[in-house]
Amino acid sequence: MADPAITKLLQTTMDAMAVGSLYALIALGYTMVYGILRFINFAHSDIFMLGAWVSFVLARALGWAAPGAVAPVWAGPFAIVFVMVTCGALGFTIERLAYRPLRSAPRINVLITAIGVSLLLENVGQLPAAFGTQPQRMPTLLPDVALAEVGGVILRSVDLTVIGVAVVLMLVLEWVIYNTKLGLAMRAVSTDTRVAALMGIPVDRVISTTFVIGSSLAAAAGFLAAMKYPGLNQPAHSTWVLLGLKAFVAAVIGGIGNLRGAVAGGLLIGVVELFGAAYLSPHLRDVYVFSLLIAVLLFRPAGLLGQATVEKV
Amino acid sequence: MALLEIKDVRVSYGPVSALQGVSLAVEAGQVVTLIGSNGAGKSTTLRAISGMVRVTSGTVTFDGKNITNLPPHEIVRLGIAHAPEGRGIFANLTVDENLEVGAFVRSDRAGIAQDRERAFTLFPRLKERQRQIAGTLSGGEQQMLAIARALQSRPRLLLLDEPSLGLAPQVVSTIFQIIREINSTGTTILLVEQNATMALRAAHRGYVLEVGNIVLADDAKVLAESDEVRKAYLGIG
Repeated sequence: MADPAITKLLQTTMDAMAVGSLYALIALGYTMVYGILRFINFAHSDIFMLGAWVSFVLARALGWAAPGAVAPVWAGPFAIVFVMVTCGALGFTIERLAYRPLRSAPRINVLITAIGVSLLLENVGQLPAAFGTQPQRMPTLLPDVALAEVGGVILRSVDLTVIGVAVVLMLVLEWVIYNTKLGLAMRAVSTDTRVAALMGIPVDRVISTTFVIGSSLAAAAGFLAAMKYPGLNQPAHSTWVLLGLKAFVAAVIGGIGNLRGAVAGGLLIGVVELFGAAYLSPHLRDVYVFSLLIAVLLFRPAGLLGQATVEKV
Repeated sequence: MALLEIKDVRVSYGPVSALQGVSLAVEAGQVVTLIGSNGAGKSTTLRAISGMVRVTSGTVTFDGKNITNLPPHEIVRLGIAHAPEGRGIFANLTVDENLEVGAFVRSDRAGIAQDRERAFTLFPRLKERQRQIAGTLSGGEQQMLAIARALQSRPRLLLLDEPSLGLAPQVVSTIFQIIREINSTGTTILLVEQNATMALRAAHRGYVLEVGNIVLADDAKVLAESDEVRKAYLGIG
């Protein structure tokens, strides 16, 4: 019989890693868009929410959500690719229709537009033709078996898949950013858009691609989150969009615009939130996260891995 | 026919008119310089050519093709490279990566590698600092990188905006020597400068710009001798 204190510690660590890697996946989208356009895409947390809901709609359409139905083995991989593609296309469309016309407008206009897009997505999602107003339960699309028991903690394949897929996606992104021509173009655009254009980089296309990548990562996180926590709530902003907003906090804590910072911030938020919930009080999860944000902003305003920039006048 | 010809080009920044009908021509193989005081419109002329600002009227013709108001990334593909004012180095990328961005429009690996070696022959300092973050280079080295990077697209026309600005006199003469070297291998150069002495010495032809208008145009030697230029820009007489 394992020591219950150790079991609790291991279980909390496991959950913190799973939730933290989801925050990290979402935070990457915030930070990439900020790095290139210097604005916070508040609709990003809604893309995450849509990742979960679109997976549910897909599962329902294919009959996997019916009581007693068992999804085929390919359901999980198929669903994650499906939501990444559809939400990637949605991210592209949002940038094209809502943000690109404001490219030369003051930044505050773009920010307000982003909030508008966010509200639009949340509310359209409640239409009967979309997801409706009732909470739903996401069916299991990934094999959920107990793999092993370590110190009284049961290692479930769902948890390991969530962490594994998140890590693989982050490694792929890292590779794209630092080893491909597209990545070089993204880094050049984020340093100096005008000069990047002078070097022959099609800036608008790079920005579109950034939105597609960020949105598909958030959608993947939405799918994975729904696998771990299958309760889909409506209205979505009470839980799912809040999760996305905490990922924004993660991006800020890590140093907005910094990819590794976003991953570090995501994991840190996961640890603070879940350890706080397990050892202090489960009712104050959001308080821990936002207190950490305030502390970081007070003592390291540029974020943990961010570089302080001096605004030149 | 000239390689580059701009005709009666007008540009405004909001209500402020920056170019009031500028015309000039750059013959293939030459170094042409555009001199004038601060705010005369020198940089704006280069920006009008490379597509960074909107031309409200007039035409920019490159190699017989009308390129007026094409987006900058398409103009690079046609063979014009612009090393902008203030150097525009990607400060958080390495020297190598800056050069790689310069070659963005190309996909001939062998040619790119060859041009990078050529850049390192022109600027041995850059070779020593290949893996260094560009933001840590000195001003002179950053200027060298800006020129080397512009050359990576293998341009037919190179636009240089104040390459001598803020550099020590020794570095300035190195930069001008390199400008001549680049030109001797066949690259046409349009050079904007406040350092009129050096610019006219390096150039075949010169234009003098005053508050948005070309006021003088002649062979560089003739301009360097003319009383007006000597008084106003060379500080002589």
